[in-house]
Amino acid sequence: MSIFINKNTRLIVQGITGKEGSFHAQSCQEYGTNLVGGVTPKKGGEKILGVNVFNTVKEAVKEVNPDTSMIFVPARFAANAITEAAEAGIKLIICITEGIPVYDMLEAKKAVKLNGARLIGPNCPGLISPGECKAGIMPSDIHRKGSVGVISRSGTLTYEAVYQLTQLGLGQSTCIGIGGDPIIGTSFIDVLKEFEKDKQTKAICMIGEIGGSAEEEAAEYIQHNISKPVISFIAGLTAPEGKRMGHAGAIISGGKGSASSKMDALTKAGVTVCKNPAELGITIKNILI
Amino acid sequence: MKIHEYQAKELFKQYGIKVPASVLCEKKENIEQTIKNFTFPCVIKAQVHSGARGKAGGVKLAEDYNSAIITAEKILGMELTSKQAGTKKVNKILIEQAVNIDKELYLSLTFDRANEAIALIISNQGGMDIEETAKISPDKIYTQLITDNFNPEETVKKLGFNSIINWQICSIINSLYRLVKEKDALMAEINPLVITKHHEVIALDAKINFDDNALFRHEDILALKDEAEENPCELQAQKEGLNYIKLNGTIGCMVNGAGLAMATMDVIRLAGKEAANFLDVGGGASSDKIEKAFKILISDKNLKAVFINIFGGILRCDFLAEGVKNAIQNLNIDIPVIVRMEGTNKSKGADILNHSGLKFTVVNDLNEAIEVIKNI
Repeated sequence: MSIFINKNTRLIVQGITGKEGSFHAQSCQEYGTNLVGGVTPKKGGEKILGVNVFNTVKEAVKEVNPDTSMIFVPARFAANAITEAAEAGIKLIICITEGIPVYDMLEAKKAVKLNGARLIGPNCPGLISPGECKAGIMPSDIHRKGSVGVISRSGTLTYEAVYQLTQLGLGQSTCIGIGGDPIIGTSFIDVLKEFEKDKQTKAICMIGEIGGSAEEEAAEYIQHNISKPVISFIAGLTAPEGKRMGHAGAIISGGKGSASSKMDALTKAGVTVCKNPAELGITIKNILI
Repeated sequence: MKIHEYQAKELFKQYGIKVPASVLCEKKENIEQTIKNFTFPCVIKAQVHSGARGKAGGVKLAEDYNSAIITAEKILGMELTSKQAGTKKVNKILIEQAVNIDKELYLSLTFDRANEAIALIISNQGGMDIEETAKISPDKIYTQLITDNFNPEETVKKLGFNSIINWQICSIINSLYRLVKEKDALMAEINPLVITKHHEVIALDAKINFDDNALFRHEDILALKDEAEENPCELQAQKEGLNYIKLNGTIGCMVNGAGLAMATMDVIRLAGKEAANFLDVGGGASSDKIEKAFKILISDKNLKAVFINIFGGILRCDFLAEGVKNAIQNLNIDIPVIVRMEGTNKSKGADILNHSGLKFTVVNDLNEAIEVIKNI
């Protein structure tokens, strides 16, 4: 089994009529994901990619019974889109949008929690369970079904890791980008917990980066709760302090959030930490054989 | 986004937080006229985006008219060097009435990422770096997470002042909180917040940091941006929608995606070199944007080589190759260019580079890239 999404997932896309939304909705559909509808305010009644467009998530829920939503709404409206999905009863909300104000996200996260939903992202590539379902923007063809679970705060760096795995004949159970923002819905720990339970997953590849303390917290959790091998890479060992490295959350400030602190914590917790991102794949292969 | 002290103090005034009387001065010829209106002592403060301005010689007390003029003339136009911000030219000074200080405090409202809430941090050890205070006397720092029914009173009482002072501090905290929420500030710091000999509580310094992602709804804040404070290349990149940060190495790099861009910098160090920059061209870069990115990269005179590392997903390798080819032709680039492309339309991209008649080193993976960069 994969985690979070599978063959039974019923996906809607919020912002489906936009350029990005329609492009990626189509790519997910072509991958085999069951796209059941889309939402764009004022475009209800239209059809796109063979599915109906609704004005609100609530209407979509009533008509086509989705359980998952992927959000491509512009940053200034995206937090409201998350809240709308949560309040309409969507259980898995994946927000791809980058650039949502921090205080808007605090409010959206409250709504997600209150309604018992799970949010992945924002500012993330989404997720894919190879051979089952894709709800994200990653290039499909680099993935292959298998036993490595991948979690990452980054997009293209995840593709890099997945590509190496696939080249070495190692498939993936589920690959999840949890997002590069300071406030995200699903943490490393949330995903680690699911991978530990998942029978298909035999090893976990965890890709972190500078900023915040999520990796240190994950290290603590791994030490006490994860029996499967975890292999990690932390990006940004050479990043200067006080500069935001592209992602809103990737900043070392006040001496906190450095790559070396994260690497130390993970090493102490028994995680295999790769110094060279080119060797992630081969390191995992050597551990699994 | 950061703003200057004088701008932050204007905002404080709007929110009812007391600050000393002050006048901004940007031209040497206006110094005398400005200082004439002050009584002494007064304080001359360099307005640059940098911490530790005092230590760097950018903040000075002047006891009389003559010394005020000499000091102001010295600070306006000086090069200020600090650990955090490097060397910056002082284009503006703030001339401010000195205050009779009885006690210096520290006060800030900061977005606390780990707790996902705004934290109030207050200490009666003001004036110095809060991180230093945290090391030397952590018991003198009081922190409170701001929740829905927030009341700072209990925390403020711990400072040990009388009720008149406490009331003033609470009122400042409430005003500052309003400012932080209404203007999407991620950090607002008053260090020092002083109690005067006349029992008034006044903000002697002001530092505010705003959420870049929220600037679309704050035109007034966006208007406070001082472009002279930014690295010209970084500013140019921002205008082109590119994410560029200047670093000190010799290997320029161009990457799509922030995580991969950081990892690429790390790979360059594994090859015994240092990256000259961080550059994320984003997910959907066109060949035109690639050419513009190249232009920014090579404006760095320390550059010995360029390493392009693209994992094509949304960004197609043939677009990338086209942009790189055009850039090298149009800009007469004569340093080595190493290209690693993977993903969508990789072979089309490789064809474009191979048939361009230009010299590239095309590598297949990151380990090959390390070997090539080692020998530059």
